[in-house]
Parts: sequence; C-alpha cells; structure tokens
Amino acid sequence: MTLKEKIKNKKFIITAEIGPPKGIDIKPNLDEAILLKDKVDAINVTDSQSAVMRLGSLAVSRLLKEEGIEPIYQLTCRDRNRIALQSDALSAAALGIENILVLTGDHPSRGDHPGAKPVFDLDSVQLISAIKGLESGRDMAGKELKGIPKFCVGAVVNPGADPIEPELIKFEKKIKAGAEFFQTQGVYDAGAFAKFIGQVKHYNTCIIAGIILIKSPDMARFMNKNVAGIFIPDSLIKEVEAAPDKQQKAVEIAARTIKELKGLAQGVHIMSLGWNKLVPQILDKAGL
Amino acid sequence: MIITKQKPIDDILKCLEKVSSVYIVGCTQCATVCKTGGEEEVKKMKEFLESKGKKVIAAEVWDTPCNLLEVKKRARDRKADLEGSGSLLLMSCGDGAHTVVIGTGMPVVPANDTLFLGQSERAGRFNEVCALCGDCTLFITGGYCPNALCPKGLQNGPCGGAKDGKCEVSPDIDCGWLLIYNRLKDTGKLDNMKNLLPPKDHSRAIRPRKIIVDAVKNRK
Repeated sequence: MTLKEKIKNKKFIITAEIGPPKGIDIKPNLDEAILLKDKVDAINVTDSQSAVMRLGSLAVSRLLKEEGIEPIYQLTCRDRNRIALQSDALSAAALGIENILVLTGDHPSRGDHPGAKPVFDLDSVQLISAIKGLESGRDMAGKELKGIPKFCVGAVVNPGADPIEPELIKFEKKIKAGAEFFQTQGVYDAGAFAKFIGQVKHYNTCIIAGIILIKSPDMARFMNKNVAGIFIPDSLIKEVEAAPDKQQKAVEIAARTIKELKGLAQGVHIMSLGWNKLVPQILDKAGL
Repeated sequence: MIITKQKPIDDILKCLEKVSSVYIVGCTQCATVCKTGGEEEVKKMKEFLESKGKKVIAAEVWDTPCNLLEVKKRARDRKADLEGSGSLLLMSCGDGAHTVVIGTGMPVVPANDTLFLGQSERAGRFNEVCALCGDCTLFITGGYCPNALCPKGLQNGPCGGAKDGKCEVSPDIDCGWLLIYNRLKDTGKLDNMKNLLPPKDHSRAIRPRKIIVDAVKNRK
C-alpha cells in the first residue's frame, strides 16, 4: 500500500527524515534509510534545510526509491520560481515519486549563502494549488499536459504557533488548496497538542505529529530560544541533563511522547537529526 | 520618498581617485530629508574633498536632479564650470545620478546608495512600507503590504518562522503577517485573510518600467 492509500484508509503513519549531505557522498544517508526500510511508511528528504546548500532532495528521493523506500520529496518555495517548481514536480512524477511535501522554506539570509536571491515566487498555499492543477492535467498557465502526473501532496502546520489563529487560517487554506496530509513542528507537550487537535478535528485531515529527538540540554534550550513554535518544558530538559546516556534518554522521551500522541494524531514523523539508528528502538518502545 | 544612504567615504574617494576637480550636486528633495544631499551635507563634502587635495569647482543643491528638463537647463547655465570639472559627485538618489549623466553628458560618481521607497516616521527615521510591485493589494491586507513587510513576500499568511512576533530574518523586523492579521482582526476584516490569493503577476513589473500619463498622451 502506498502512503497515499494508507492515509486514505486512516492507517497510522510512521515517517522519518534524512537530510542530504553537502556533497555527493550519499552512502551514509542511504545506509541510515535502509535501516528503517521496513519500520517506517516513508522517509522525508529535506530540501537544502535551513537554507544551507546541499545535494538535491529530488535526486535523493529517487535514490531512496531505488532502495525500495517510499520517499516524501520536500519542495520549498525558497529557490525556484513557478516554472521551476512545476517542472520539478513533473520531474518527481516522471521519476516515480508521488509524495511531495510543500514548504515555504527558510529565508536564505539564515543559511550559508546569505547573499542569495530569495525567490518565493509562489507561497506554500499557491504551490499546493499548482501541484493539484498539474494533477488535473493543466499547468498554472492553463496549458494542457501530455501525460498527467499523480501526487500525494502534504504540507506543514505548527501547533505551537503563537498566536495560533493566523496559523489556523493558513492551515485551512492549505486544505482548501488540496493538501492531503500534514506533518507538524516538533511536539513535546501532549496536552497542548490535544488542544490543537481539538481546534482542527472538524477538517478531518491527516495530521502526522512531529517528534524531534532531544540530543542534549543545550540543543533543547537553543530550540526553545530560536525555533518558532517549539516549547520543550523545563522538566524535560532537566530529565535530559540528569541522564547518563543521552541517546537512551532521547529514545525514552520520544517513545513516551509517541505513546501520548498515538490516540490524537494519525501518525508520527520522527526527525532524528542524524540519530536515525535509534528510530527502530523508539518505535519498539512506543509499541509501534 | 526615495531613501538614500551615503556610501562609505573611502569608497567615494576611491571613485574620485583619478579626478582632481569635482562638481558637487545635492538635491532639495528626498536627499535633503535623508541628510545625504542637502545644503549642510554638500558643504561638508566640499570641505572634506578639499582637505583631501581635490579642487571643488562648485557645491550646489539642485531642484531637482531627477528632473531632466531642469538638469538640461542647469547644464546650459553652468556649462563652463561643468566642463571644467573632472567629474560630478551626485549627492542624490540613483535616479538623480542617472538623469544628470543624461542631462549634462558629464561623468558622474554617485555619493549615495539608493535603498528604498520610504515612509518618513519622523526626522531621520524611515521605513520601507511599499515594495513598488505595480499591483497594489493594500485593500485586502488592511493597509499593510506583505510584499514590503514580509521578507519572503508571502501572499497567503505567515510562514511560521516568526518567534515572539519577530521575523526569522531578524529580531529587528516585526512579522509582517502578524501586523496584517492584527489589523484585519481589529477592523473586523479577518475574512480577507481567509481568501486564497493567487500568485502575483510579475509581468506587471518588468524592468525598466516606463509610463506616459494618459492626459499627456492624448494632448494634441
């Protein structure tokens, strides 16, 4: 069953994530992904994450597919205009990649090429519409396509956004534009997440809760300070601080959070930030 | 108003390296308000260049360097002095600098960098609030322009990168979409934000833009 079918059939979805390297030495990433092959439903491939130039997400998505892993091709609005975005979506379809996760993308000034021209010709809502348009056989200019692609279009939502209302307005627009699933920003507080789910339940869409492993207390504090919508409670940071084995603690916290979120979300998306080898243990401990 | 900022003085000197006599031109309008080309700044520039051994043929504030007819008139009136100088130093915006190149035929060095179309908040404080996109949608976004106020120019709401109301690009920038949201909410027009806005038509702003006002076009 493909991810699209699983989403439709209300299966519980498990996804992980890999970040392509700067360069072409992709073997370590593929090895990491292969470890998860039968444990997860699909693996996200990030698109020059944090606006740091890297190997392309489309190429790595295809390489995952060749390993028998279902990729979720991340496509940001940061670097390409509407011609390139539509063309890349078609390229994905031609390479057998169905899942596209649409994101705005970080501003280039935050990355390692701060002088780059920020494109953002389309925003994430418009890009979802454009991809759905391709599925209906026409491009944004209304021109007919030869051979019609099929996609499973995802988007992101931040349950911790403050204020939440503008985030919810945009979330609704993404659904109207045709988003079929959502992956969320990292969740650490099941109570707050439950409140968010209460606000969006009536949309009856597939929400996959984000799990970001806490690798160290410093990382947790850094995220609290710098990452929008992330709130890691002090008690959790203290717990990590006191743990002799940080990896085991990360596994334990992630598994515990997943258990709490299982009944609330239709899936979990584990962002391990390089610790993908721990994902099987996390799933095992979470009873998945 | 066109907001300008004086280039680093060393850069200006470098541009004038091979020039021994300079004709300084300021502007009575925007550059005067920005303090980059008013009487005071022009006088200061004259003293500085003289201290560096340059001969300053003239130091004037023109009204205005961006008006081609005015510049041509000045070029006729001041022909001898202009021709006696090695270069003009334009303490105006880029529009003024270019117009003086065309209107006088002289070499021109720009003393300023031209930054943006700005609102004057109060003396010496300027804000970019219009991006000159050629397709104004302020009536939808509560008078706050997402193209100018959001570094990504998003049309359909915030990117999610703002923290404590500040943009991911810099803590000095308010999230433009939060400003729009608050304004629409306060004025009971939040529905405006719920409509899916189409991508901008960038063909409306292909450079260089040119316009002939209808009233002029139809004049016999």
